[in-house]
Amino acid sequence: MAQTIQPPRSSDNIKDGVKYNRNSGSNSNFEMFGWLFMRMSGIVLVVLIFVHLYVNLMVGNGIQAVDFGFVAGKWADPFWQVWDLAMLWLAMLHGSNGVRTIINDYAEKDSTRFWLKVILFAASAVIIVLGTLVIFTFNPCPPNATADLLPSFCSA
Amino acid sequence: MPTETKDESAEPASKVELPDSVAGSGEIPSFDITLRVRRYLPEFYDEAYWDDFQVTMYGTDRVLDALHKVKWEMDGSVSFRRSCAHGVCGSDAMRINGHNRLACKVLLKDLNTSKPITVEPIKGLPVEKDLIVDMEPFFQSYREIMPFLMNESAPPSKERLQSAEERERFDDTTKCILCAACTSSCPVFWTDGQYFGPAAIVNAHRFIFDSRDDAGDMRLEVLNDKEGVWRCRTTFNCTDACPRGIQVTKAISEVKQAILSRKV
Repeated sequence: MAQTIQPPRSSDNIKDGVKYNRNSGSNSNFEMFGWLFMRMSGIVLVVLIFVHLYVNLMVGNGIQAVDFGFVAGKWADPFWQVWDLAMLWLAMLHGSNGVRTIINDYAEKDSTRFWLKVILFAASAVIIVLGTLVIFTFNPCPPNATADLLPSFCSA
Repeated sequence: MPTETKDESAEPASKVELPDSVAGSGEIPSFDITLRVRRYLPEFYDEAYWDDFQVTMYGTDRVLDALHKVKWEMDGSVSFRRSCAHGVCGSDAMRINGHNRLACKVLLKDLNTSKPITVEPIKGLPVEKDLIVDMEPFFQSYREIMPFLMNESAPPSKERLQSAEERERFDDTTKCILCAACTSSCPVFWTDGQYFGPAAIVNAHRFIFDSRDDAGDMRLEVLNDKEGVWRCRTTFNCTDACPRGIQVTKAISEVKQAILSRKV
């Protein structure tokens, strides 16, 4: 008897321990937005990072000017706070999503995949929260500090 | 009629008759090659292993001719699929020197004959014996994208007309012969076999961009799956592997664009 063609997703197709049929389609656009986000954030990050590098390393005294006072001065300015915040969030989400896809591509066991992602998401969350906290709660003029290490506006 | 006497040494496995006016006719160069075949005989051994065969081949011979020579004259247990042997049926896709190719379309003289020529089954599908893999997971993905015309409107009395421009839109992806060279060259497919794979997407493309078909949205919805087009990493392995020269990666990106333009 001729074998009839099975309708898609009608049964588990397992060969040598590998399950070939896909999990039933959840109508989620997550992967699509993930893909779109990678392209958008990539373009924005190129601008953010190269301006960041130029301002920190090329303008004025260049790399010699970078010290506590220089960073404190930048983070006293809301413009650079927002700039660095955008850079932190976009870089972390872009990087984490990239590593997530690499885990999806290379982890062969579901349990390995799950735990690698747990570690990845936990690490990303900690860095994003900690970084955001630092940018907004940073005190450019800590008390009892030597005056010549601080930005100029602290003495005023 | 030629006599029945067989002169094996003089007869290449494939021979082209050239007129005398063509320079060098009748002087098909011959060379010795080592064909290194990946063997898997589950009845006898649990592990796959390499088997070397020394064969004298001719400049007009293809990898398939070398495999034929091995199977017909040296070791009849060597197993592989082939049907038309002329690059149309898509049966003999295999990994030749690490690249997915049709054995019937690769001339031996175009390979480095000073080193052994490796021939393996295509990757990512379960090997059944030697170069024969189970194609069922591949065809399962193919069935899921509904590779047939769907049009609910009443059929016209003659044919469903289409302009040359409308036909041109999906011309490239009509060339697919379902040999699985692209899907089994894709590193994402190698991981877990869950990804739909280039071949299924190419065949979805063929109907999504067909003006006569009405079910493009359904197919785009299928390929918007987490195992769908978004797993493509644009490594271009599929485009390199396609024996029909289909711009596979381009077709996948066009499907991505089509999903985006309908959703966003």
